[in-house]
Amino acid sequence: MGLGLLSNTLVLLGKELRTELRSRELLTTTVIFILLVMVLFSFTFDPSSSDARRFGAGLLWLAFLFAASLMLQPCFLREQTNDTLSALRLAVSDPFAILLAKLAANTLFLLATELLMLPVFAVLYNVPVFPVFGQLLLVFFLGSLGVSVAGTALSAISAQARMRELLLPLLLLPLLTPVLVASTQVTAGLLDVQPFVQWKGVGFLAVFDLVFLTALWLFGEYLLEE
Amino acid sequence: MTPTDPAGIRFTHIEKRYGGLFALRRVSLEIAAGECVALAGRNGSGKTTLLRIAAQLVRPSSGDVRFTRANGQSIDGARPRTGYVAHATMVYDDLTAEENLVLFARLQGSAAPAALAERLLSEVGLRERRASLVRTFSRGMRQRVAIARALLQQPQILLLDEPGTGLDAEGLLWLAGTLRELRDAGCTVLMSLHGESEISALATRGVRLDAGSLVADTRDGAELHAIFALAGA
Repeated sequence: MGLGLLSNTLVLLGKELRTELRSRELLTTTVIFILLVMVLFSFTFDPSSSDARRFGAGLLWLAFLFAASLMLQPCFLREQTNDTLSALRLAVSDPFAILLAKLAANTLFLLATELLMLPVFAVLYNVPVFPVFGQLLLVFFLGSLGVSVAGTALSAISAQARMRELLLPLLLLPLLTPVLVASTQVTAGLLDVQPFVQWKGVGFLAVFDLVFLTALWLFGEYLLEE
Repeated sequence: MTPTDPAGIRFTHIEKRYGGLFALRRVSLEIAAGECVALAGRNGSGKTTLLRIAAQLVRPSSGDVRFTRANGQSIDGARPRTGYVAHATMVYDDLTAEENLVLFARLQGSAAPAALAERLLSEVGLRERRASLVRTFSRGMRQRVAIARALLQQPQILLLDEPGTGLDAEGLLWLAGTLRELRDAGCTVLMSLHGESEISALATRGVRLDAGSLVADTRDGAELHAIFALAGA
């Protein structure tokens, strides 16, 4: 990674964090969405039963995925309001920096939301999460990175298309089904009465992230073109 | 604000199609380093597309764009430092004027982004409002920030799409003065304009587009007037 790419990415990541912390638009929307899903479903489960452990992981990741699609939608649409994407393309030495900063910001926002919601999940569903917090953090990170890599690329594509609001979830959800399945399986193992790490799932998530990250690096420039 | 190494632009048989619609039809135009060229033409004549192709923001459907040195030789490799002012302001509404300029100065690798931003904000008359969010600015003030952003990296080539938009009489005079200074220092200017103004008076050459085709190209003063009269019609 060139120094120019790294420094441009850090500058742009700083901008993403600053604007989000100023408006709290994305974080508020996703936190409220996940909270609503968890509270609603908590009424349908018996928190003390093993059902909560069995279905909790799936519910958690489904909520994360839909929240992510809400979060990713404005990612590039925001840049179109004043054509700031063109200004960025003229300013950076490597256009991949724009995608990398968006990707890092999306991953951070998603991870922050997930970590914020984890204690709420633990209380509502009566599932102890703190003994396996480190492992959960790993799967949350790998899963969020996978969602963000694919989501950032699709957000860049859909922002320039007609029916953009419809296009992103339409493309994103099928593409992320493998991430959703692997993340859910690994999380379910960690929430078991006798927690275990399903390394096959962890490995799949790591490979998915690596493949999509490489594809983004190779073809990212074309995603930003008009 | 003086470019150390002037650069020109050579468009060769440029065509741009959006589906079946031609935005540009085989436009060939050589702009020498240091020239100040005004692009005129009715709405939809292809001025913005030509500017965006020059900025390398849009890829032509066919044809070639090259940047040239003062001696006419093609520049290979890195694009010359290019400032671009578009219809949209190209700055963030949720950042202050100062934050916007510091952001773009950092991205362009400026050694002292804060000092550069402060100097440019003083030049565009926004020093007092530097800590205000751009969303609170009038259209004219936003345009000043947009122009300041385009001037951040001492451009060798300045591309301006109706740069007087939203500016009041004082703003237009300031812009004309700034552009004159840049032109005299050797910066190549390509600007799209509607009608005659203090800014069009700076042009040393006028080019008129009509329905995507280049229909007039002159350096003659009287013909320049005619080009703007037709374009403004």
